[in-house]
Amino acid sequence: MIEIPSTILDAIEGYLISQYPLEGCGLVGASNLDDISLLRVISWYPCKNTAQSGKLYELDPLDYLKADRDAESKNQQIVGVVHSHTHSDPYPSLTDVSSAPDPNWHYIITSFRFHSPSTRSYKILAGKIKEEKIVIT
Amino acid sequence: MEVEVRLPTVLRPHANGAALVKVDAANIGEALNELSSKYPGMSGQLLTQSGELHKFVNIYLNDDDVRYLEKLDTKLNDGDVISILPAVAGGSD
Repeated sequence: MIEIPSTILDAIEGYLISQYPLEGCGLVGASNLDDISLLRVISWYPCKNTAQSGKLYELDPLDYLKADRDAESKNQQIVGVVHSHTHSDPYPSLTDVSSAPDPNWHYIITSFRFHSPSTRSYKILAGKIKEEKIVIT
Repeated sequence: MEVEVRLPTVLRPHANGAALVKVDAANIGEALNELSSKYPGMSGQLLTQSGELHKFVNIYLNDDDVRYLEKLDTKLNDGDVISILPAVAGGSD
């Protein structure tokens, strides 16, 4: 289960909408990682999609570096990546699965396939996708 | 030169959970090889069999991507910080 404050979810979806029709991306951070059954997102870092594509994203590594440093300075850790699917369901594609760098990360996808944004979260471990519940606080 | 290396979460289990380790090396290539020697679990995750930087790994020396410097030959100075970042990518296709 992953807990996302509504203010952060609004910021995420707002940024991803601003990037449309290109895919948008960013990173999320958390601090208390002891309880693996519940992760509470407390920071959001919008990042540049260097692929500048509506079908794929490549998160700018310099943005990643800056986010990582900022999170560390706040005693937080980057715990996941967010990206948008502009025309498909909020479910990891084959590209998402094959490119997932960290089995401990949370993979959050916002879809703009329908009228309102739909955001889901997943863990991806050894190619297997497992959806986790998002609790909005 | 003694430099610090910041490890991404995915590599920390190979370094006993450490986020930051120190290596003694003259250039980026030496630093990555020393990392692989100290932490064999990282071997093959940073460099290809032919000794080149894996395309799905980004290496920063302070604020600069070493691909735009002298790649593995980029020289190090005391106090430099090397950051290893996995490439983060995907998409709807």
